[in-house]
Amino acid sequence: MIDAVGLHKAYRLKKHQVTALDGVDLHVEPGEIFGVVGQSGAGKSTLLRSVNLLERPDAGTVEVAGEELTSLRGARLRAARRNIGMVHQHFALLSSRTVAGNVGFPLEVSGVDRTRRRARVGELLELVGLGDKARAYPAQLSGGQKQRVGIARALASAPQVLLSDEATSALDPATTDSILALLRRLRDELGLTILLITHEMDVIKRICDSAAIMEKGVFLESGRVLDLIGTPGSLLARSLFPLPANGGPETVFITYPRSFDEPFMSELTRRFDVDVNILGGGVEQVAGQSVGRLSVDMRGARRAEALAYLSEHGLLVEEAGK
Amino acid sequence: MTNPTDAPTLAASAADGGSAWGAIVAFVQDWPNMWPSLWLGTQDTVYMVVWATLISVLVGLPLGVLLVSTDRGGLTPAPAVRAVLSAVVNIGRSLPFIVLMVAVLSLTRFLVGTTLGPTAAIVPLSIGAIPFFARLVETSLREVDRGVVEAAHAMGTRRFTIVGKVLLPEALPGLIAGLVMTVVALISYSAMAGAIGGGGLGDLAIREGYQRFNDHYLWATVILLIVIVQIAQSIGDLLVRRLSRR
Repeated sequence: MIDAVGLHKAYRLKKHQVTALDGVDLHVEPGEIFGVVGQSGAGKSTLLRSVNLLERPDAGTVEVAGEELTSLRGARLRAARRNIGMVHQHFALLSSRTVAGNVGFPLEVSGVDRTRRRARVGELLELVGLGDKARAYPAQLSGGQKQRVGIARALASAPQVLLSDEATSALDPATTDSILALLRRLRDELGLTILLITHEMDVIKRICDSAAIMEKGVFLESGRVLDLIGTPGSLLARSLFPLPANGGPETVFITYPRSFDEPFMSELTRRFDVDVNILGGGVEQVAGQSVGRLSVDMRGARRAEALAYLSEHGLLVEEAGK
Repeated sequence: MTNPTDAPTLAASAADGGSAWGAIVAFVQDWPNMWPSLWLGTQDTVYMVVWATLISVLVGLPLGVLLVSTDRGGLTPAPAVRAVLSAVVNIGRSLPFIVLMVAVLSLTRFLVGTTLGPTAAIVPLSIGAIPFFARLVETSLREVDRGVVEAAHAMGTRRFTIVGKVLLPEALPGLIAGLVMTVVALISYSAMAGAIGGGGLGDLAIREGYQRFNDHYLWATVILLIVIVQIAQSIGDLLVRRLSRR
C-alpha cells in the first residue's frame, strides 16, 4: 500500500547539513499497522511527511495505493493527499470551529455539499465515540477527545491510508490505550493501512504488525514484529524486554517467540544436569501473541547440549559471551 | 431666592471654595452653547475615522497576509517580495503622523481636490494607519499554530483556501484586537489632522481651545475624545471575548 524507495532528505541549518533521511526503503502491506520507532531527531517525522509529500525528499520515490506521488504537483497532489489521512501529535484542530466544523473541514475543501457533509460528519463522530460533542469547541474537550476528533477528521474523505504522527505522545497512559484500541478497531473495520511514528516501544508492542527501528536517518532493522523478535541480535527484542546487562560469561538470553506449554527450565536440569539461575525476564503481549525473554545463568558440563535442546524446540538462544 | 440666608452662602462658597467648583459650573452652563459645533466636530471625527478604518482594513489586511505568506516557511515563500513590502511598511511606520500628513499634501490634493476638511484628512489618515494595521495583522497571523496549517496542507487544501478558512478565522480575535488599536490610533491621528485644518474635534480644540484661549472647548473635546475611544475599545473587547474559543 505504501512503497517508498531510496528516500534521502537533507536540511541546511545555518552552516552545517543535517541528514534526516539517508536511504530509507519502506514497504507497508495493505491493512497493516506499521510502526517506526526511534529517538527524536532520528528522521521519523521527515519520513512520515515524505509519504504525503509535506516534505519533498531530495531523492527517492513514494508510491501510495499504486500512485506515484513524487511526480505529482498542484491539484493532482492535493487530490492524492485526500486519500491519505493524517493524525497529529498536538491534534492540530481549528480552535475557531466546532467539533463538527473540524471533522467537516476536509469535505468542505474538497467541495462536498452541506447536506452530505452533515450526514458524513455524524457518521464519523459516532465511529470515534463522540456523537454528542458535535457542537463543542476543541478547547472544551480533553486530550483524548481532541485526538478522536483528529482521527474522525483524518477519516472524513474515506482514505485508504492513515499516517499517525506521535498521535498518543501528548496523552496519559489510559487515554493512550483507548486511542490505540480505536486505531486498531478502525484498521479491522475499515481495512485501513496505518503508518505510525512513535518514540514509545509500548505503541509498537500493542498495535503494530510490523515495525522499523530508525536512527540517524536509516532503518536499523525492519520487518514483522514477531519475526524481528525471533531474530538473533534483534534491537527490537532488546528494547521490548530490557534485561539486566550484569551477566557474566555464563549468561544466556532466551527468547520465546510464542507461548509454550513445555516446562523447559526443569527439563534442562533433569536431562542435562545444568544449574539454571534466572537473572531477569518478562512476558509481553506482542502483536496478539505472548512473547517472553529470559536472562539466565547456566552452568554445567553439558551446557552446550542444553542450549542446543532449546534451539531445537524453537527458542532463540543468545549467549552473552558471543 | 426668597430665602435671604441662602444667597450669601452660595456666593461665599463660589468665592472661597476655590474657583474649581465655579469653573465646573460655568463649563456645564456653557455646554449648550458649544454643543452645535461639538456635535459637528464629533460627526467629522467619526466620519474620518470610519472611512480611514475601512481603507486601512481593505489594504492593510491583504498586506499583512502577504507579509506572513511570503516569509520563509510561509505559504508562498518569496524573500525578495517580503523584503520590499517590509521596507515599505517600515517607512510608513517610521514617519511621525504630523510629518506624514504634510508630506502627502500634494497626493491629497490630487486625490480629493483640496487639502482642507475631513474628506481630505482621510488620505493621510489611511496612509498612516495601513502599515500600522498591516503589522498588527502580521503579528496575529504568526500566532496561528503552524501544525494547523500543516494539517490543512495534508488534507489537500489550496493555499488561498488556507488563508480564508484557516489563517484568518483562527487569528480573528487577534485581528479584531488589532482593528481596535488601529481605530484608537486613528482617533488620535484625526485630532492631529485638526492642526492643519482637517476638521473634527481636534480642529475644534486647536482653533477654539488653543488659539482663542477658550478652555471650555478644550475640556469638551477632551471629554468627547475619551468617550469615543472608550466606546470603540468596549465594542472591540466584547467582540474579542465573544469570538475567542481558545
